[in-house]
Amino acid sequence: MTVKNIAERLSLRALSMPDPEREATCGYAGDLLSWVMGRAAEGSVWATVMTNVNVIAVAALADTAAVVICEDSAVPDDVISVAKEKGINLFSSELPIYEFCVALSQVIK
Amino acid sequence: MSEPLQFVFDVSGENFTSAGEASVTVKKNLRMLGFAPDIIRRVAIAMYEGEINMVIHAGGGVATVTVFPDRIEMVLDDRGPGIADIELAMREGFSTAPDNIRNLGFGAGMGLPNMKRNTDSMKIESELGKGTKITMTVNT
Ligand SMILES: Nc1ncnc2c1ncn2[C@@H]1O[C@H](COP(=O)(O)OP(=O)(O)OP(=O)(O)O)[C@@H](O)[C@H]1O
Ligand SMILES: [Mg+2]
Repeated sequence: MTVKNIAERLSLRALSMPDPEREATCGYAGDLLSWVMGRAAEGSVWATVMTNVNVIAVAALADTAAVVICEDSAVPDDVISVAKEKGINLFSSELPIYEFCVALSQVIK
Repeated sequence: MSEPLQFVFDVSGENFTSAGEASVTVKKNLRMLGFAPDIIRRVAIAMYEGEINMVIHAGGGVATVTVFPDRIEMVLDDRGPGIADIELAMREGFSTAPDNIRNLGFGAGMGLPNMKRNTDSMKIESELGKGTKITMTVNT
């Protein structure tokens, strides 16, 4: 399913969506960056509460389809601009990570 | 014979909130050169972990990426404190990252293992008080 579609279905707020047609194939949840770097599959939707700019670098290098900042964790403006600059799909959701992943699993089959 | 293509980056140890620049640039360049996505991803992951380690643990250093006909080689060279026990540092979960760095999401002790897992060869040369040089290759 495309990132745009997932965002609509799960009522995500788009902070940066330069690549709405990107196919997302799975999900990954985690806040430890090296863990995510090593384990998140390419094309995954990455759910986290971390909001510093290193998240954007990890998303770019691990080739995740989208980053979803859960629990309405506050995302600084400079992080949003770096996401736009680097072509990273970045969303926020009020859902806790667990609830978000449960919802995601219903739309990514 | 033409010279192999080489990219050299001065990785600053000042600002770990913008670290990853060299790796992102290498990724972009390799994509332009037409390498397979899987190769690019492995190089990008290994390089990022090495780059971040230089920033966090060694106050910066120099990253050199060379594209040979059969492999991509990454060399990360720093003048940091060195690694006392390389075998221990290579273990998943081992980290000396301070709290302020852990708060940013680092310090899982997974960086060196990620580098090992994503490369075809990895060599660590380190001397206490002198620095660390890590050489990694990914066959293409
Ligand atoms: N370039 C370096 N100079 C000095 N020490 C290093 C260097 N790279 C790694 N180390 C040491 O090896 C340890 C393990 O490194 P590793 O990358 O696996 O984990 P980390 O950087 O602590 O956490 P993570 O990479 O998961 O965010 C570090 O905590 C540090 O003590
Ligand atoms: Mg590390």
